[in-house]
Amino acid sequence: MHLILFVVFAGFCLAGAINLLLQSHPINSALSLIVVMTSLAVLYLLLGAEFLAAAQVIVYAGAIMVLFTFVVMLLNASREERTLGSRAARAVGFPAVVAILAVLATVILHLQGVGTARIGQGLTNVKGSTNIEELSGVLFTKLLLPFEVTSVLILIAILGAVALARHGHGETEETPERTSAQ
Amino acid sequence: MNSLPWQEVPLTWYLLLSAVLFALGVVGFLIKRNLITVFMSIELMLNAVNLSFVTFAHQWGAVKGQIFVFFVMMVAAAEAAVGLAIIIAIFRVRATLAVDRIDLMKL
Repeated sequence: MHLILFVVFAGFCLAGAINLLLQSHPINSALSLIVVMTSLAVLYLLLGAEFLAAAQVIVYAGAIMVLFTFVVMLLNASREERTLGSRAARAVGFPAVVAILAVLATVILHLQGVGTARIGQGLTNVKGSTNIEELSGVLFTKLLLPFEVTSVLILIAILGAVALARHGHGETEETPERTSAQ
Repeated sequence: MNSLPWQEVPLTWYLLLSAVLFALGVVGFLIKRNLITVFMSIELMLNAVNLSFVTFAHQWGAVKGQIFVFFVMMVAAAEAAVGLAIIIAIFRVRATLAVDRIDLMKL
């Protein structure tokens, strides 16, 4: 069962990622990326990370990709022009990618003592408590400060996004109000 | 690998999948000529790294890897919001999304 699910959803992942590269229209790439992220959520579930699977669907496949498709449609992004790209990317980039992949694969294949994953076997050393209990226990006790800092970061990011995406950076809109107030 | 029961998958496969996804993200970053698609490739690389974090969390039976993934997700959400706002600002000035035409720091 695990093997079948892994093969199917790893195949979806790879197919989506390759389709992302092959499509020339950004909206098709965005939809392929949604396929990749949803399949990754299933793989997280297979690895016993239920909370992260839910968060992956909600945050990545939901919020972030809605933002992407929204921007693609807002900017009316057309098909990309097929240019050859920079020569440096071709000459240095692709051998570098192959080298990175080769090094990673060599290291991974030589790892000693890597176990196996089976369905229903979550965090193995945690007995009698679920994954979410463990996660929230650490997140709200030991890592409370980073967690709260993250919320401040999100707030600042929202403010920054609004400030960046506004028309004319507020120069033209603010002056009439200021003069009328004076 | 054939000696293993079919209920089990070696974690090495997950790590290899993660490495391949990361490499595909790098390739997309290099060959795509659209600003939004380049940004999507970065998201793909983040997801690949998240997969290997979850795999190692499963291997060690520790929750720290999953917490790392949680923070990566939050930072990615913030990054996507700010990055797409920057893309909108660039598009407003340049009226193009082709990375070949956006080659000046000055807007």
